[in-house]
Amino acid sequence: MITLNELDELLFTIKKQFDYDFRDYSKASMLRRIHRFMDINNMKSGVDLKFELINNPTIFQNFINEIVVNVSEFFRDPSFFKSLQEKVFPYLDSYPKINIWSAGCSFGEETYSLNILLKENKLFPKTRIYATDISSNAIERSKKGIYDNTNFKDYTKNYYECGGKESLNNYFVSDERHSMIQSELKQNILFSNHNLVADSVFKECQLILCRNVLIYFNSNLQNKALELFYQSLPVHGFLAIGKKESLRFSSVYENFKEVDREEKIYQKIK
Amino acid sequence: MKPEVIIIGGSAGAFDSILSILNNLDKNINTSIVIVLHRLKNTTSSFESILQRNTHYSVKEVEDKEEMKKGFIYTAPADYHLLLEEDRSFSLDVSELVNFSRPSIDVTFESFSAILKEKCCGILLSGSNHDGASGLKIMAENNGKTIIQDCNEAVYRMMPLAAKNICDKHKELTTQNIINILNNECS
Repeated sequence: MITLNELDELLFTIKKQFDYDFRDYSKASMLRRIHRFMDINNMKSGVDLKFELINNPTIFQNFINEIVVNVSEFFRDPSFFKSLQEKVFPYLDSYPKINIWSAGCSFGEETYSLNILLKENKLFPKTRIYATDISSNAIERSKKGIYDNTNFKDYTKNYYECGGKESLNNYFVSDERHSMIQSELKQNILFSNHNLVADSVFKECQLILCRNVLIYFNSNLQNKALELFYQSLPVHGFLAIGKKESLRFSSVYENFKEVDREEKIYQKIK
Repeated sequence: MKPEVIIIGGSAGAFDSILSILNNLDKNINTSIVIVLHRLKNTTSSFESILQRNTHYSVKEVEDKEEMKKGFIYTAPADYHLLLEEDRSFSLDVSELVNFSRPSIDVTFESFSAILKEKCCGILLSGSNHDGASGLKIMAENNGKTIIQDCNEAVYRMMPLAAKNICDKHKELTTQNIINILNNECS
C-alpha cells in the first residue's frame, strides 16, 4: 500500500505523463480508490503501481475507470426528487425550452431518473439534457443504459417514494438478468466527456444536477467547479448538489438562495 | 498519548452503550469524537437528537469538507463512508458498500488511522457482522489505542469477537471500563 507522500508523487507523474490532473481531488478518497485498485490487481507497492501505469496503457485506462467513483442508483434520495418536482419543475415549465446539465453522470442512473420524472411531469418534450462525465467508460455505459436487475426492488421503492406515477418497469425493456432503459428516454440526452477540472462552460442551463460528485474534490477544486456552474446558470437558474455537500466554502455562496435547505437545492439570484 | 479523536463504531445492540459512554464522559475531554453506527438510509432518524440529549458536547452530523473540531461529537451520515483528510477536514464518499455497509466502520478506522497514526483511539462495540475488525487491526498496527466491547457484555458479540480473532492487541472492556479509561487518559 502507498503513503500520502507516494500519493502526491504518483498524482504528479500522472499529470505530467498523461495530462489527467487529480492533484486537487480528495486525498482521503484517492488513497482508498488506489488501494482498492492495487488490491484487485495484486500490486504490493507504489513502485509496482507506477511501473505498470507508465508501461501498460491498458492498465492505465483501467486505473482511471476504477479511481473515478461510478457508484450510483436510480432515484437515490427520493425526498430530493420529490422536492425537485414540487419546487423546481413548475419554474422550469415557464421556459419554452429547457436545458439541463447532469454533471458527473457516472453510469446514467441519476440522469435517467431525472428524465423519467420529466416525462411524468410533461416537461420531457421541451427538455434537452447534457450529461457529462470525466470517464469515457462511464459515458459509454450511460449511452447503453443497461442495468443489472439485482437492485430494481430498491429502485422501485425509491421511485414510488418520490411520487412516481407509473410502474418503473414501463420505462425498461428487461430480460431475466438485465434491464435496458427505453430508447425514447435516451433521445433527448447528449452524453459526452467533460472534465470539471480542466474544461469550461459549454451551454447555458436552467438546472444543473451535480450530486455527490464534489465530495471527491478538495475545497479548492469544489470552488472551481461551483464557479463553473455559476457561470453556466442564468439568473433564477437552479443548482442541486448532494445532501451532505455544501456551498458554504465557495466564493459564489452569496449569489445563491436556498430553495430547499435539506435537499441542497439552490437558485442563482445574482 | 492523548488521542486527537475517539472513533466509536457499532451496529446492532450498540446504541445503549454509546448513550452510556456519552452520558458519562468528563466535561474536560479535549478531543473530537466520531460515531459510525450502521443505520437505515432514507429514513428520518432521531439519532442525533437523542445523542444530543445525552451529552454536553455538541452533536453534529458530518458535512463534506467540514473541519474536525475538538469538543464536538460527529456522526457519520447514513449512506456515506466517512474519511479524514490531512488538514483534519472530513470527506464523504459514496463508493461501494464495504461489509454490506455504508458507512463502513472499517473504512473510517482505516482512513483516520492513515492520517493520525498513534493519535487516534478506536472503539468497536456490539454488532452482528464483521465490519470494523480489519480497520481496528490497522489502527493497532499504527500504534493507536484500540478497544473492543467485552464479548460477554455485548448484545451481539460477533463484531468485537471478529476483531479479537484477527488481532490480540485490543483491550477488551465493559462499557463502564471504557468510560473509565477514556476519562483517565483523554482528559
